[in-house]
Amino acid sequence: MIDLVLEVASWISIVAGLFFMLVGTIGVLRLPDVYTRLHAAGMTDTMGAGFLILGMMLQTIEGILHGQDTWWFVLVRLVLIYLFILFTSPIATHALARAGLAGGVEPWTAPTDGDA
Amino acid sequence: MDDRVILRVGTKILSPFILLFALYVQFHGDFGPGGGFQAGVIFAAAFVLHALVFGLGNAVKVMPPKVAYVCGAGGVALYLAVGYLSMFRGGEFLNYSYLFGVYGYEHDPTHGQHIGIIGIELGVLITVFGVMVALFYAFAGRRRIDP
Repeated sequence: MIDLVLEVASWISIVAGLFFMLVGTIGVLRLPDVYTRLHAAGMTDTMGAGFLILGMMLQTIEGILHGQDTWWFVLVRLVLIYLFILFTSPIATHALARAGLAGGVEPWTAPTDGDA
Repeated sequence: MDDRVILRVGTKILSPFILLFALYVQFHGDFGPGGGFQAGVIFAAAFVLHALVFGLGNAVKVMPPKVAYVCGAGGVALYLAVGYLSMFRGGEFLNYSYLFGVYGYEHDPTHGQHIGIIGIELGVLITVFGVMVALFYAFAGRRRIDP
């Protein structure tokens, strides 16, 4: 019973992560300028990778219930990977946005003439 | 002090973990993906990040170019030393089974294989690290930074 709940929850997490990855990719391709694309890319890193890693952690916990004995290393590595993504992704996005501002890229605004 | 507080603090927090991750990749190379080359690049990436955030002058103070050149040559020397040591002990070049003596006679050959691959990978790490840092200094400074 509990392993069925874990299985369903982990697959919901993985599908949610894939959904955020897809939305972020569409955003990177379709949004108009550097800053809005950075927003999409940052969401891919935090939400998409976060949900994917949560799903993998639930799969690992399910493996514990099935008697796997190497769960400790996998779980610790997944937590560490998530922590590093949590630290590095916002810093990289911040640095890119600063570089864009320093390079003189004007933020995109909606065209004012007519109904935009 | 300029206003790049997030980059400075983030670099200070993350640098030791980048170095630790490089060592993890290095010693994990015996069992799975990883190895000396990747670990050397990650190790050098920590210094490149330091140079990008704190400036080339401060990075040269932390990691002088002379040390990078010595690392680039010393790693190859370590690699060759392990290879020739196993050769002088009676095996072929880089035949680790002979590293501590004649095969199956004076010493357990698996011991020599274990230590040998660690020495080789350490040589690769040191060389790749030194060459990567030296290349970055050469490109960033647009000239040879003489020690």
